[in-house]
Order: sequence, then structure tokens, then C-alpha cells
Amino acid sequence: MSTLHTVNKSPFTHGTLASCLSICTDSDGVLLLEDGVFGAMTTTPCATRLTELIEQGVRVYALIDDVKARGLEKMLMSNIELTDYVGFVQLSTQHRCVQSWY
Amino acid sequence: MIFSLAVYSPPYSSQASESAYRFAEALLAEGHSLYRIFFYQDGVHNSSQLLTPPQDETDFTSRWRELSERHHIDLVVCIAAALKRGILDEEEANRYEKPAHNLHEGFALSGLGQLVDAALMSDRLVTFGG
Amino acid sequence: MRKKILFISRHAPYGSSIAKEALDAVLTAAAYDQDLSLLFMDDGIFQLLPNQQANAIGQKSFASMLPALPLYDVENIFVHLESLQARGISKNELLFDSVQTLDSTAVSALLAQQDHLLSF
Repeated sequence: MSTLHTVNKSPFTHGTLASCLSICTDSDGVLLLEDGVFGAMTTTPCATRLTELIEQGVRVYALIDDVKARGLEKMLMSNIELTDYVGFVQLSTQHRCVQSWY
Repeated sequence: MIFSLAVYSPPYSSQASESAYRFAEALLAEGHSLYRIFFYQDGVHNSSQLLTPPQDETDFTSRWRELSERHHIDLVVCIAAALKRGILDEEEANRYEKPAHNLHEGFALSGLGQLVDAALMSDRLVTFGG
Repeated sequence: MRKKILFISRHAPYGSSIAKEALDAVLTAAAYDQDLSLLFMDDGIFQLLPNQQANAIGQKSFASMLPALPLYDVENIFVHLESLQARGISKNELLFDSVQTLDSTAVSALLAQQDHLLSF
């Protein structure tokens, strides 16, 4: 079974996203929320690993309200999908467990 | 599905309480049920009836209370984490001879076992921390 | 029915209360007769260093609390190998030797076996 990982810290200041991605596996999902959405920027320190995981089939999402709130809509990696809270709920039902990285 | 949420962050200092609330509203709107919201660590501050935000900011305590009333959700505050942070109900205030109590109506102080019970009774447990 | 529950403890002791409140939750859960595991990862591995003298800062030492875990029947205690390596700590320097090290791939597999993750 697979895990949904949520990350709410900026990778420019914290190692949280890098830790999450180090144990993230093919069928897992990653949801960036709160300050975690800075991890979806084209300039994110985790860009290489994120792209590698996405190519392996991991779906990576950013919570749209948090993206909008921070003015990041035009600064995001194109392979990261936007979702809302209903999407977050659906993701948590599609994966067996949710691991919160904070 | 049956969900429970664990909230570990205080209101205002962190966005996590807001995220937890929105997640709770979304899961209920999707037809899922919410068994319990467990407040632990600094999350216990969500239950103080003395929170007095300015009018243009969210009143977290009342909002949790309304959500709980509307959907019959158990709002449980870890008693050990709450007492040491100055969140007391009337019974605990009397027990420790404190001059006041501040746990908002609708929240219950209980043991950490209620977090474990929430995991056992729910299909999904989602943590909001930091 | 017993559930498989994994506690993930990722924060250093003392500087914040997260590690202590995680441990309290683990000890509480131990009374529920479930299939419990505990994983130390990231700065959480610092809880496992010997020679902690937390009385110097008015706190209780993790070095005196953690060895009680097996007595509470929390026997599946894991440490993330890469977190140890990144901090230059080897397994034989840790508080107790009954911990099992897992690399990132094994940690992924451990997470995938659980019914619930309790994230600390």
C-alpha cells in the first residue's frame, strides 16, 4: 500500500522536503501545503529529485490556496499539479496512510 | 470513510490549525465522517475560550465548536499537554485550586489514549503540525 | 483487530517538546495491545545518543527514558540509516543495541505496511 506525504515547510530553510523525498516511493503521493508550496517553485533545491520521482510515477501536488496566497502561480514547476482541499481529502483516501512532514 | 485529525500547532502562530479546519470541512462536504479531532502539544491552545482575536481575524475556538456541533464531532484536548499550558476545565481548576478555568464549551480534556483510540476507530488519521 | 501503527519521531530532544510528547504517545499506545513500531529519523536520532545530561537544562533525559521502551512491549524500534550517516553517528554509538537500522528503501517498505502513521 502507498503513503501520502504532506510537507508544510519551505525547502529553502528546512530539510523536511528532502527527507520526505528520500523515502518516497513509486506509488506514493506528495502534497505540498502551507510554506511547503515553496518547494514547488522552479528554483526549489529539490528540483532534480522531484523530477526524478515524478518520472517514476509519483504524483506531486501543491495546494492551490497556499500557492495563490503566496503569489507563486507563475513560478511553479510545470510537472507539479495543483489541487484544493477536496483533492487533498481524495488523495488521503487513495493512499493507505498519511505521513505529515513538519 | 471515517477520519480523525490530530492538531499539534497553536492557532495564529502557525497555519496548521487553519489547514486542519479546511481539511475537516472538505472531508465532511465529501460525505466522509469525522470521528474525532485530537489536540495535542501546542495544539491545545485551540480550545481556550479566552482567545480574543481582533474582529477581522479568525476565531478558531468558536469555529471548531460550531463545526463540532453541526457534525457531532468529538473535540478532545490532551489533558497532560493542556494542564501544563494553562488550559483547564472547571474540574481541573478545582482539583489544582486555580482561580479560573478556560476550556471552551464543547471541548473535552482527556488522556492521550484518545489519540490512539482515534487511530483504532478511524480509517484515516491525518496530522497537522508545525 | 490489531492495527499496525508506526510512530515516526523526527525531532531532536529538548529544543522543542515534540520528541517528548511523541514518546509519551508511544508509551500510551503500548497499553492498547496493537502492533506498534517506532522509527527515529532526521534529528530524531539525537534522542538516542548516550551521555545525555538533561538535568543541566532542567529536563528529563531521553537516555533514561528510551531504554524502557522494550519493557512496554515496544520492540520494533528502527533507526533511519541515512539520518545516522548524515550526522556522522554509527549504530554502535547509540543508547541501546536492540534498534534496527533501515535504509531509505526499507523505510519506504515499512511505511507501506502500516494502517496508521503517527507523525511527530
